[in-house]
Amino acid sequence: MNWQIALPEIVLALSGMAILLFGVLYRRDASVPCNMLTLGAFLVAAFLVLSTPDGSGYGDLFVVDAFSRFVKILILAGAALALMLSFDYNRHEGIARFEFPVLILFAVVGMMTMVSAANLMTLYLGLELQLISLYVVTAFNRTAIRSSEAALKYFVLGALASGLLLYGISLVYGFAGSTSFAALASALNAPGGASPGLVVGIVFVIAGLVFEVSAVPFHMWTPDVYEGAPTPVTVFIGTAPKVAGMALLLRTLSTPFGHLSLDWRLLIELVSLGSMILGALAAIGQTNFKRLMAYSAIGHMGYTLIGLAAGTEAGLRGALIYLVVYVFMNVGIFAGIIAMRRHGRVFEQISDLAGLARTDPALALAFAVFLFSMAGIPPLAGFFGKLYVFLAAVQAGMWTLAIIGVLTSVVGAYYYIRIVKVMFMDAPAPAIDQRPAMVSFVAAATGLFTVFFVLFSAPIVAAAQAAAQVLFG
Amino acid sequence: MIATIGFYVFAVILLASATMVVTARNPVHSVLFLILAFFNAAALFLIAGAEFLAMILIIVYVGAVAVLFLFVVMMLDVNFAELREGVQRYAPVGLVVGLILLFELGLVLTGWHFAPSAAEIRMSPTPTALSNTAALGNVLYTRYIFLFQLAGLILLVAMIGAIVLTHRERGTARRQRIGRQNARQPEETLAMLNVALGAGIDEIGILRPLPDPAPVGAESHALPHAAEPH
Amino acid sequence: MQPVIVHYLPILAFLVLAGVIGGALVGGSLIAARQKPYAEKLSAYECGFEPFDDARRRFDVRYYLVAILFIIFDLEVAFLFPWAVSLWSIGLFGFLSMVGFLAVLTVGFIYEWRKGALEWE
Repeated sequence: MNWQIALPEIVLALSGMAILLFGVLYRRDASVPCNMLTLGAFLVAAFLVLSTPDGSGYGDLFVVDAFSRFVKILILAGAALALMLSFDYNRHEGIARFEFPVLILFAVVGMMTMVSAANLMTLYLGLELQLISLYVVTAFNRTAIRSSEAALKYFVLGALASGLLLYGISLVYGFAGSTSFAALASALNAPGGASPGLVVGIVFVIAGLVFEVSAVPFHMWTPDVYEGAPTPVTVFIGTAPKVAGMALLLRTLSTPFGHLSLDWRLLIELVSLGSMILGALAAIGQTNFKRLMAYSAIGHMGYTLIGLAAGTEAGLRGALIYLVVYVFMNVGIFAGIIAMRRHGRVFEQISDLAGLARTDPALALAFAVFLFSMAGIPPLAGFFGKLYVFLAAVQAGMWTLAIIGVLTSVVGAYYYIRIVKVMFMDAPAPAIDQRPAMVSFVAAATGLFTVFFVLFSAPIVAAAQAAAQVLFG
Repeated sequence: MIATIGFYVFAVILLASATMVVTARNPVHSVLFLILAFFNAAALFLIAGAEFLAMILIIVYVGAVAVLFLFVVMMLDVNFAELREGVQRYAPVGLVVGLILLFELGLVLTGWHFAPSAAEIRMSPTPTALSNTAALGNVLYTRYIFLFQLAGLILLVAMIGAIVLTHRERGTARRQRIGRQNARQPEETLAMLNVALGAGIDEIGILRPLPDPAPVGAESHALPHAAEPH
Repeated sequence: MQPVIVHYLPILAFLVLAGVIGGALVGGSLIAARQKPYAEKLSAYECGFEPFDDARRRFDVRYYLVAILFIIFDLEVAFLFPWAVSLWSIGLFGFLSMVGFLAVLTVGFIYEWRKGALEWE
């Protein structure tokens, strides 16, 4: 049975239950110890992920390889950072309850399962575990109408996407006879393996997965959910599930359906183009920072999908590097947004940041670093993310994608740099509150990562290379 | 033969009641039509040979989910006529999406052919000698244990979610305190008195003790009656 | 015809019979009885309540919590059926597998008990 192959997930799930029990049996407010225990569980899980050898288990339902390891570490890092940002925010908003870290932890278990899925059934169950936890944390501030509304929209559209995915899976199973990735790959590789019915099934599967990463035709939920959810939840939704969903898309399309790449590449290309264009254009008019970040996320997913559309090993490597860079930039920028609090009240408008450079120069500098990086200005991490992806597109001869990508980056740079201008040039608004230490720490850590990515990018690129090789081997 | 007739009858009723679910004016009728649809779907499952699924559909969906739907319909005291105003506006869009889906399904039907190796790689071919439920039980808990436990986790998260989102401490609930209940001695609650025959309680001077203004325990059922003379 | 459905033939017969009887009763009254509808027949009689009022009233959200928790345990029980049927063939491993599943849900049960989600006021 080789059950140790899922040891990180098992340990994480067991510790989740232990933390839940501790929280409910502990007589006093358990939120702080539960937060710490969850962070510890993430650390242990990361260690176990690194020490679990390659292989597959549970009757070919579950697989561990360099790809899954790379993505799982990224997911754990994103989740841990998001959780760290939640401590002070939740306490201020009166929603510091011990269920929060537990739900985040179970969502992470779901994502790690998705990433390791070697079967469409594992994929679906992991996805549901993740999504249900996310719906609940989105509504976590249940007395706020915006939070409940965001959760409801997320839930209704998410359920629709799950339905599409299941329908696609059933079509694929019906036509190809299996849900196992390996069996599917060999069945579809045989002559006459693919049929129009099967392709329709794959389209439905792609639709369900594209919802996960909020790329264009299924992006509708993103702005409302980003704006309405409590900010730490927005950070979480913006990082770990995106990574997991993208990894799922990469693995599903390149492993079982790899031989049908002619059929799905055009689709991914269109999704990527649409996301880049919509992300760039719709963000221009936004005044709410969180909403702006939602459109920015749509755009970034478009850039990442270029790597998949290229359909080469270099493309997948580019997509993975882009995800790493994106996670850290995103967490950093949201650390700044969480610090936006004046007299104890949260504000989210960009105009509220006016003159931040004079009232809080350190925060303004951090914001500037992340925004320039998002815009893709050279020495920063964001530039390298885009570089690898565009290079892969050009090598694969996808000039349209590369050119549109560069153009939309320029448009994107306009609204990112506009925020920098508001912070550095405009007349100062009243000063913001003292930052919590944890927020400063996260902002500083991710900021250093963004600035000095160029210095230590070699191991990350090498790991991404190894991960991409797995899918192409 | 009977199975074929049955299939068409149930399928037609299923489609008709599904249409009624979305078009009925009264939401309670919608739920009832939904239940009818579930029953017909169960019959279709049965005809397809999926006996266990048919029964689960009735137990879980009709027995539990439909009841929940009724609760929700009752709970949402909204004006459904108002909700329906948008229907006219969005109908064309919905129609277009529906037509596209129909077209795709047409593609599926015309291009209907299985992958050549599909038949032999079926993961768990339906065994002939076993009942449906046993066939499921033979693989679900051993071969697919990973998925099984994952399903358990999903149920756990659903449980946590339901409580996190709807439970509210009101502080007025009468909780059972087992420790106090067990520690209670007979002397605290019971008094044995010799009462003269025919004497009223007024004459002897014992009355039911007034309820304690600040009760120590919440075992309200035990306190007031305890000191009554026997 | 698959062997499975044969067992359900009585139910089909029962369904058909129910349809026939129901149809006969309604149809019979349509044919045989005198039809004389007028509005007063539907109005309230003396001290009666309005006969056709909106039956929908707000329920407390707590009913919903109870219903959701019921569904979850209902699903759990649904998993027990095939397990009970094939317990002899899946052996100790299958048994322990279900014990693990139930342990996960027991954790949830302890949680909801301690949270007071099962208490009413």
